[in-house]
Amino acid sequence: MTVLSIENISKKYILNSKGKSNDDLRDTITGWSRKLVNSGKSADIKQDFWALKNVSFEVKQGDRLGLVGANGAGKSTLLKILSQITEPTTGSIKIRGRMASLLEVGTGFHPELTGRENIFLNGAILGMKKNEIYRHFDAIVDFAGIEKFIDTPVKRYSSGMYVRLGFAIAAHLEPEILVVDEVLAVGDADFQKKSIGKMRDVSNSGRTLLFVSHNLTAVQGLCNTGAYLRSGELIKYGAIDEVITEYVKNVSKFQLEQAWTDPDLAPGNDFVKIKTIRLVPDESHTRPNLDTSTPLRLEMEYWNFVENAELNVSIFLYSMTGECVFNIGDEAQIYQKGTVKSVCEIPGDFLNDGSYYISVMIVRDRLAPVYFFEDAIAFDILDYREGTEWVGKWPGAIRPKMIGVKSWQTELS
Amino acid sequence: MDSRVRVITNKKSISEYIAEIWDYNELFWILAKRDIIVKYKQAVLGVGWAAIRPLITTLVMALAFGRLGKLDVGSPIPYMLIVSVGVTIWLFFSQSLTTISTSLVLNSNLITKVYFPRLIIPLSSIFIGLVDVVVSLAVFAGLCIFFQYVPDWKIILIPFILALTFLASFGVGLIAAVLNVKYRDIGQVISFVVQFGTFLSPVAYLTDAYKTGANGELLYNLAMLNPVTGCIDAMRWAMLGDFAAFNWNSFIPLVVFVLGTFFYSIRFFRKHEDTFVDYI
Repeated sequence: MTVLSIENISKKYILNSKGKSNDDLRDTITGWSRKLVNSGKSADIKQDFWALKNVSFEVKQGDRLGLVGANGAGKSTLLKILSQITEPTTGSIKIRGRMASLLEVGTGFHPELTGRENIFLNGAILGMKKNEIYRHFDAIVDFAGIEKFIDTPVKRYSSGMYVRLGFAIAAHLEPEILVVDEVLAVGDADFQKKSIGKMRDVSNSGRTLLFVSHNLTAVQGLCNTGAYLRSGELIKYGAIDEVITEYVKNVSKFQLEQAWTDPDLAPGNDFVKIKTIRLVPDESHTRPNLDTSTPLRLEMEYWNFVENAELNVSIFLYSMTGECVFNIGDEAQIYQKGTVKSVCEIPGDFLNDGSYYISVMIVRDRLAPVYFFEDAIAFDILDYREGTEWVGKWPGAIRPKMIGVKSWQTELS
Repeated sequence: MDSRVRVITNKKSISEYIAEIWDYNELFWILAKRDIIVKYKQAVLGVGWAAIRPLITTLVMALAFGRLGKLDVGSPIPYMLIVSVGVTIWLFFSQSLTTISTSLVLNSNLITKVYFPRLIIPLSSIFIGLVDVVVSLAVFAGLCIFFQYVPDWKIILIPFILALTFLASFGVGLIAAVLNVKYRDIGQVISFVVQFGTFLSPVAYLTDAYKTGANGELLYNLAMLNPVTGCIDAMRWAMLGDFAAFNWNSFIPLVVFVLGTFFYSIRFFRKHEDTFVDYI
């Protein structure tokens, strides 16, 4: 049964530009007077901006739909329209049953009110009836784990308690359709696990889940169907794996290879110039995207223009946030004029999922940098897991499997 | 399972609109309760402040206008009672006007995150003023006991006059609230209006005081256009026994004002409520 059908939804925003923002009264009045002086020759430039363009799809009962797309793709606009915060410019949406949206947990919490008072306030805001709140009150308090602080104003709560209480209320709404946006970005690992468990329960009990997150692992783990939005348009709708593959193919600023045939155009200087640099997955890897289990090989070739040069290369691997994960180099050797090749093997099950980039430095006489080729390679590594139920973000800069943990029973009682 | 099918488009009929507001009546009560709790929380005197404000205002006004301004000369009833009625109405009107006009902006975190009929927010702001007005009336009752003054049967009409006062502030307040979403200047204008209104409205003097001096008739006629004049005149008629006669000159403009602004403001609100989230 279709619980949600979205037909040709578009949303237009009008961007005003007068060379200056016009959102106070003074600017509007000066705008009018300017209009009078210019006798109608308005200097306004009105620009239409379509946040969503003819998006249509249907969600069946019990589906767990993951909505993916880059920032500004229209995901939030779509959720806002679904939760009726803003109206669509054209098109219509049919919803069967009650829908609850968790665009942000703890919406409408008042800092001065106690946890108890806020449960009733927030419940009412989310559309719960009073008797429903009474019925679930103990479960909510228990889920959030704040029994002791229930009569304390929430302004004295820690941020974790605040979020837990917010999520607990929403999780007990029992809506037919639950819309969740980036809730997993907050809370500790234990709470995330509880939240994901709760969302699984929602879908297992035949209710429908709409989930938006930038955490692809969580989307993949929770959802069975997906919709990929790009610049307001629906690019792909279907099984979650296909949608995620399509999304990753589109967004990653992959630069797995750079090559130059003409030394005059190649980056470098009078001593050395880069010829090729590339990152290739090991032949044994068969899945379409690079993931955490993929062994990688970095290959580089450069021109050396100096006779009897003592050179070595130094490789820097950075995480997306700019932290250097490692820096390794080779033994310095004497090279003649011509080309030099270096290869670095990065084993599988070593890097964590995320975006990485590589810079390469060529060093002379073991100490003097000759040329630093920055951001030579950029790549994304997707998550790959076996034998674990946990779908939250795996912490850490690296995820080395070669450092094993062994456990055994020491005593029987 | 709730098998009703809801359709989201950009058109909604009036009956659907009203039915939806009714559907959310629990939210209406809980928002009102929240505003009242929050207002008096973490204050040692709590609701006591609701009594202190009208009492002190009445004392100061009676001193300034009655004793120093010599308006109490020859008054058949204690001048404090006359002022107390004016203060009651003025505090209710100004309180409601301020709360309604800032209500949307103060609740922007709700407006941008969850859906409910937006009209609930300004509607629920009546209660803050209502708590204060009930306490103000208690202060008036206290003054009556102090001065050994007994009002007549007309006090049963007080609720109707308060309703008119609320409606008078509601129309203007609602329009101001909508404008305030886009132009925060309105907040400043309202605080000005409240500041000057205390003296321009017949809070601490009788309406007849306008007539004295040069251009008295013109001034009086202008004052009749002020809806608060109508409210205060009607309230004095109801609360002060035979002392004040019913003043149709100020009552008719009040009714016209209320009818006009009420319907216009609701239309204005409906026209703009869908864009709040884009401007707030």
